[in-house]
Amino acid sequence: MVTPAVSNPAPSLLDRLVLPTSGAWANDARKGALARFREMGFPGRRDEYWRFAGGDDFAAPEPEEAPILDMQGEAPVFTGLERLKFSFRDGRFEGTMPDLPEGLEVSRLADAGQADLHWARDLYGVLEAAGQSPVARPFAALNTAFAPDGLLIRITGKVALPLNLIYCHDDPRSDAMLHHVLRLEPGAELTLLENGPAAARLNTVLEVDVAEGACFHHVRTQGRDHGRRAVTHVFARLGQESVFKSFTLTVNGTHTRNETVIEFAGEGGVAHVAGAAMGDGRMGSFIHDDTVFITHGAPGCESRQVYKKVLLNGAVGIFQGKILVREGAQKTDGYQKSQALLLDEDSTFLAKPELEIYADDVACSHGSTSGGIDEEALFYLRSRGVPAAEAQDLLVLAFLSDAMDEIEDAAITEDITSRLEAWLARRRG
Amino acid sequence: MLEIKGLKVKLEAEDKEILKGVDLEVPAGAVHAIMGPNGSGKSTLSYVLAGREGYEVTAGSATLDGQDLLDMAPEERAAAGLFLAFQYPVEIPGVGNMTFLRTAVNSQRKLRGEEELSAAEFLKLVRTEARKLRIDADMLKRPVNVGFSGGEKKRNEILQMAMLQPKMCILDETDSGLDVDAMKLVAEGVNGLRDAGRSFLVITHYQRLLDHIKPDVVHIMAAGRIVRTGGPELALEVEHNGYGDILSEVA
Ligand SMILES: Nc1ncnc2c1ncn2[C@@H]1O[C@H](COP(=O)(O)OP(=O)(O)O)[C@@H](O)[C@H]1O
Ligand SMILES: [Mg+2]
Repeated sequence: MVTPAVSNPAPSLLDRLVLPTSGAWANDARKGALARFREMGFPGRRDEYWRFAGGDDFAAPEPEEAPILDMQGEAPVFTGLERLKFSFRDGRFEGTMPDLPEGLEVSRLADAGQADLHWARDLYGVLEAAGQSPVARPFAALNTAFAPDGLLIRITGKVALPLNLIYCHDDPRSDAMLHHVLRLEPGAELTLLENGPAAARLNTVLEVDVAEGACFHHVRTQGRDHGRRAVTHVFARLGQESVFKSFTLTVNGTHTRNETVIEFAGEGGVAHVAGAAMGDGRMGSFIHDDTVFITHGAPGCESRQVYKKVLLNGAVGIFQGKILVREGAQKTDGYQKSQALLLDEDSTFLAKPELEIYADDVACSHGSTSGGIDEEALFYLRSRGVPAAEAQDLLVLAFLSDAMDEIEDAAITEDITSRLEAWLARRRG
Repeated sequence: MLEIKGLKVKLEAEDKEILKGVDLEVPAGAVHAIMGPNGSGKSTLSYVLAGREGYEVTAGSATLDGQDLLDMAPEERAAAGLFLAFQYPVEIPGVGNMTFLRTAVNSQRKLRGEEELSAAEFLKLVRTEARKLRIDADMLKRPVNVGFSGGEKKRNEILQMAMLQPKMCILDETDSGLDVDAMKLVAEGVNGLRDAGRSFLVITHYQRLLDHIKPDVVHIMAAGRIVRTGGPELALEVEHNGYGDILSEVA
């Protein structure tokens, strides 16, 4: 049944969107997703997980303009790494596919979606649909229905080179949806890197199926554009003894909401998710929202969430994180930390940490804090000759270091750290 | 070197005068000690000299080689050659001890208009100085003072002093919390730095550190003032008779 959501611009955005022409498998998935979306409607402030910032930025019929940022010669993140590059401009794949090493199959959703049958049929929209309960994620369903492009990636071996999705944004009014599907077969390994601002307004879904014994690393940076808005979703299903690690760096952006939904489906899985976000409200509004839902549906799994935010000049940070331990998921090890460093009194951190546990032999902890710069530490540094501004930057980096420590590769950590340093240096002018 | 005249200081937060007119002069090359009961204002004096916030100087002056210290930012004082070994060294999670040392050394050099140390030069220097203080590689890698024992923190202060080569060193109760061996290491560290161009102000509660670091002059501080000044024998007097006699004398 069609349930129109109350007083929101839903009809008009829906009117504007066009279902891509698809072959049988994708067509079924898209129609199913559209039906799911119609059931949910666009979120309103009354929805439990949209109370803090609302979803209007993502539901508005037209995106707000997001001027293209002049990078002033700064090389994109990951430039120094040997990697397999896939480029997207305003939400469309462009250029050619790189030569792929053994153990890697990649196709475009825009192409493969036309076929009648594809391996991704078992995953496309499937993990997203599973992740709609118990909390609805309407923009993800919308994405499954309408995303015209993205990559379908199957990994059958240990792929040594990281795969890098490089996004750029040329049209200040681009409104993009990207949908990627990754399937790591048993024992496979892959590192996925994503960087750049994909569009003025972006809606992404990344579905990752990590089979038993497989290992997936993910590092992404969301671009420095100030005007962009993005709602991103990662849906992961983890098989037995599999590993999933994901780190996101966010600087700037008018409104970013990163949703991560992880389900442990086999014993002994490990999932670490982390995020570092820095926002300065002086450059326009800054809202950064990390919404995480981890379901321990199998015993003996370890999950770890580390989210850090540095906020100033009226920036708003949001963290909504939940660990759900199902009955029978004994020996669960769940950890959640969300912290904000408020560099002034104008900035706000809103946190909703949750634990819901239906097993008795588990170790779960969560902690959420916000506070200012440690004045004692600042004086100590200054007393050793470090100028105040540099001392503060050092403490900001120190604050973020817990999240940075979740990145596996030292070269990537260094690259990202240098971006943070540059961002801080620009604040000082 | 260090000249303090009629220094009066009150707390910013409350209207409470802590230093009530301190006069003190430490010439170049000299080692002076300040002793005194708890709460007499020794740490306050050291913090005010180093430039900590929260204090208001209501009268008097403090100069380092004629430069007005009280007018300078803490980092400028450090670059001018002032160093305070903290009574309670501060823990800084997330900042590696090595990074901290390198940033401090190079920041000071930059402020003084000197060339920064190369990575190799720095490493060589830190290894040499750390070895003398029996500070191992692990302590250098760990975040600043985090999880350090009391003695390790104090040795880490002396390491910073050795690296920064200040000309005016203030040590605030560096002996507290040290066992005999650690105290010897610290004293050796200090004695190794003694030279004609460098002065020390050693704040201590007990005489025992002064057995190892021989002072030229000993001051007794009480209730925010220097109440007696004398030679090393003054420290021995305190050791034997406590502060009672001296305080009742000046009261
Ligand atoms: N920040 C502060 N707030 C309140 N009282 C303080 C503060 N700093 C120092 N004092 C008070 O000032 C006096 C001197 O303290 P301090 O300088 O630490 O003495 P000492 O180092 O000689 O033991 C004490 O009475 C102490 O309680
Ligand atoms: Mg003291």
